[in-house]
Amino acid sequence: MIRATTRSVYDWFEARLGLEKTLGPSLTHAVPQSAKWWYVFGSMTMLLFMVQVMTGICLSMVYVPSADEAYASLEYLTYDQQMGWFLRSLHVWGSHLMIAMMSIHMLQVFLFGAYKFPRELTWIVGVLLFVCTLGMGFTGQVLRWDQDAYWGMGVGMAMAGRVPVIGPEIVHLVLGGPIIGGESLSRFFALHVFIIPGTLIALLGVHLLLVVKCGINERPTPGVLVDKATYRETYDREVHRRGMPFFPNAAGRDMIACGLTLTVLFVCAMMFGPAGPNGRPDPMLIDTAPRPDFWFQSIFAVLALLPPYMETFLILGFPLLAGAVLILLPFLSGDGEKHWKRRPMAVLFVSVLLVSLGSLTWLAYQSPWSPVMDAWSALPTPAQYVKGRSPLALQGAIVVQNKQCRNCHALDGQGGRRGPALDGVASRLNSDQIIRQVIQGGGNMPAYGQHLTPAETTAVTAFLMTLHDQWEHEPATGRRTPRD
Amino acid sequence: MTVHLPQRDAPDLKQLGPGPDPQPSRRGVLFWAGAALNGVAAVAIGIPVVGYLLAPFASSGRKQSWVALGHVDEFPEGHTTLGEYVNPFTTPWDGYTANTPCWVKRDAGDAFTVFAINCTHLGCPVRWFPESSLFMCPCHGGVYYADGSRAAGPPPRGLYTYETRIRKGVLEVKAGRLPTLQQTP
Repeated sequence: MIRATTRSVYDWFEARLGLEKTLGPSLTHAVPQSAKWWYVFGSMTMLLFMVQVMTGICLSMVYVPSADEAYASLEYLTYDQQMGWFLRSLHVWGSHLMIAMMSIHMLQVFLFGAYKFPRELTWIVGVLLFVCTLGMGFTGQVLRWDQDAYWGMGVGMAMAGRVPVIGPEIVHLVLGGPIIGGESLSRFFALHVFIIPGTLIALLGVHLLLVVKCGINERPTPGVLVDKATYRETYDREVHRRGMPFFPNAAGRDMIACGLTLTVLFVCAMMFGPAGPNGRPDPMLIDTAPRPDFWFQSIFAVLALLPPYMETFLILGFPLLAGAVLILLPFLSGDGEKHWKRRPMAVLFVSVLLVSLGSLTWLAYQSPWSPVMDAWSALPTPAQYVKGRSPLALQGAIVVQNKQCRNCHALDGQGGRRGPALDGVASRLNSDQIIRQVIQGGGNMPAYGQHLTPAETTAVTAFLMTLHDQWEHEPATGRRTPRD
Repeated sequence: MTVHLPQRDAPDLKQLGPGPDPQPSRRGVLFWAGAALNGVAAVAIGIPVVGYLLAPFASSGRKQSWVALGHVDEFPEGHTTLGEYVNPFTTPWDGYTANTPCWVKRDAGDAFTVFAINCTHLGCPVRWFPESSLFMCPCHGGVYYADGSRAAGPPPRGLYTYETRIRKGVLEVKAGRLPTLQQTP
């Protein structure tokens, strides 16, 4: 009885919607048997995108996209609104996981040669989806309207302002005026909530259509080359003879992977909580050290380490160049070998990319190039560097502290790392060299000649000359002897 | 690819015949007239919309102007202190962002130099350390001397400076732009 009713209701809808006829073939389209666990990352990324859309809609019910009130609404969301913290947490961890899964998906597609004929367009649309997703990451970080967001927006604009000729106009257009103000946040809200997601959904539709129309890449076999003349025919034959329907056969793995993704998301959101907001976006609070979110940390590091002469070129040129290479890739190597074992350059490229991004991100979290702004006033002078010193050297220790030397130079592992640590400086430089370095600067150190009296310089030198390595070479023998 | 494409029972237009209108020229006229009408209407609607989107470039009310930083006596001679001004144009929902900090250096008498807060490298707020007479940037380690010239780190130039003037004992700066490499504040 119930079954018959269900059936008739289903038939009533099906007679009007015709979903079985239109969507059925897409759901059950044949995929290669070899499509195993490597092929789940795209589905995971899409699932996370759906989570982002849903949590984003929920957040928009409370968040106020106004420069004046956004911060208060974020605090309300985080501390007062029931489960508000959890929704914010889901949204930020969803974004982290989405970028992670998208990157893995892209690397897998690259290493499996899936971008080659006939799936060039699938790859290109995927590259555009990648750009959109990073755009969502940046604009989303700005909507978290705190100090990082305010100054991060300024950093973005300082980069855009370097574009030749039209730089200032780009800044005006993005900020909604020549200076950061009320309209700037509203513009980023429109970008984050309407413009980029709209583009993303449209591109995602094309991406999925292409996945169905051009088929899923078969697991590559070393030595089996892509020949544009025969590939489609061979693929169709193989996929019909030995393929399996996507639903339910291949979908099972996707569902397991998606379930795991949701579980990881839940655990991360519960355990680590939402990000910020860190400090109200008051430009007058200048005692702040703006930092980007995780995915942009490598860029933050590059910008600190690049020599100035190539900086503008790389800020503007590198993204264009990388985008062009990614889009042209399927045309540059659209056929031939797919398997990574026979594509050493591809493997080398991915390895170099991962090592570079990994070490840059690690460096960014250390950020040794940033002065430690409160080191001079907050850190103690290590006791072993004070004990048994002459009054003159002790005067020098005070000067080292008060002139902010420690902001860039560490003592006993504490302090800035912009310049070399001062432990053992007397083993590297003699007193004349120390005086010259302090007075004239050089090697990325400011000259202190104007700001130290001769007495202070003498005291600093006396103090620094007491800082020997614990083990020091004896010049005559080359033997290392401990100092007491 | 012939792998189960979604198929619909769309009518084949060629088999529908000429339809009720046997005069193809009349159909053509209607089509092109319709296209032209849509085009004209789209331009009429589109121009104001583009104007709306490009509003940030509209010069009306968006020019730099002189804003007060404070009475000259608020800034002690021989010191560099944090100044604050309200942007020359604001919206009621600017909140904190209506304010902009800057560094005011008063040498002696009426000799003022006002520096933008933004590091010339990538715009982070620089901090003044009177003990060592240096500005330091917390982001990438840019350092400037007391006169704003570059001392160390990645900045491509010295700190941006504002135009200043004194009217009736009040220090004013010409402000209203986010300073970037191609435009001073």
